[in-house]
Amino acid sequence: MQDLLREYLPILIFIGIAVGMAIAALAASFIIARQRPDPEKVSAYECGFDAFDDARGQFDVRFYLVAILFIIFDLEIAFLFPWAISLSEIGMFGFWSMMGFLGILTIGFIYEWKKGALEWE
Amino acid sequence: MIIQTIAFYAFAAVTVASAVMVISARNPVHSVLFLILAFFNAAGLFVLMGAEFIAMILVIVYVGAVAVLFLFVVMMLDINFVELRQGFLQYLPIGALVGLVLLAELVMIFGSWIVAPDSADRAASPTPLLTETANTNALGQILYTDYVYLFQVSGLILLVAMIGAIVLTLRSREGVKRQRIGAQISRSREDSVEIKHVEPGSGV
Repeated sequence: MQDLLREYLPILIFIGIAVGMAIAALAASFIIARQRPDPEKVSAYECGFDAFDDARGQFDVRFYLVAILFIIFDLEIAFLFPWAISLSEIGMFGFWSMMGFLGILTIGFIYEWKKGALEWE
Repeated sequence: MIIQTIAFYAFAAVTVASAVMVISARNPVHSVLFLILAFFNAAGLFVLMGAEFIAMILVIVYVGAVAVLFLFVVMMLDINFVELRQGFLQYLPIGALVGLVLLAELVMIFGSWIVAPDSADRAASPTPLLTETANTNALGQILYTDYVYLFQVSGLILLVAMIGAIVLTLRSREGVKRQRIGAQISRSREDSVEIKHVEPGSGV
């Protein structure tokens, strides 16, 4: 347990340095720089114009479908990692249990392919 | 050891703080970004517990995919969130009532919770120790054999999610011209070309 955490210590140090540098940059610009706020400084420039409406436009729902199908296969891959590592120890039963799992998801894959969910039109 | 404790309290504090910001941020996009921060810190907590695999999966799946999906949903909803918040106080009594009912149910369930006598043995199923093997390997050694039913059920849940997403959101658009290669190359001259004998001066 301690050895495991010792391997992660460099990452923790990196996170600390990153957070420290971010805070230092913000704090330095806050403290050192001259600050004279003026409403004209944030107004639209003479060749620009004020925004007409919100920048958030509505998405087509098909983006959502692609994203959720991606997540499902992402999870399937996540199950494959421990299986691939421990395959030599869990034997044939472990192998076929994963094949059953993949078979179930292949049914879904065939379904979505035949349904045309993977086509963009 | 002291570093471990400091890291735990830092991760836990940032997790709780960003979780509070998720529900209190005005802009829903900021909420999603705070949610990502909470996921990262929860991954740090998992690493401190020695659950490396779960930590990495949390980063890959939740930060990489689920948070993106939340962003999609936020973008897809065309809701004026400022207007939505105006009725907050008005709905507060109903919300509090629902919360109270849920709390009462939880208290009743945990009050009548009886631990089965053989559950301790089952919970102590043969997980290899972290000193002997890596976390991912230890998980793989029991997930696909000892917990094969739960593993297959998770596959079925993914299948249901897949089919449900397709049924709910798939709309085939009318009038889209697709390539149908079989139909295109099996056209014959007789199907598509016709010779018309036009009398001179009469037009077509």
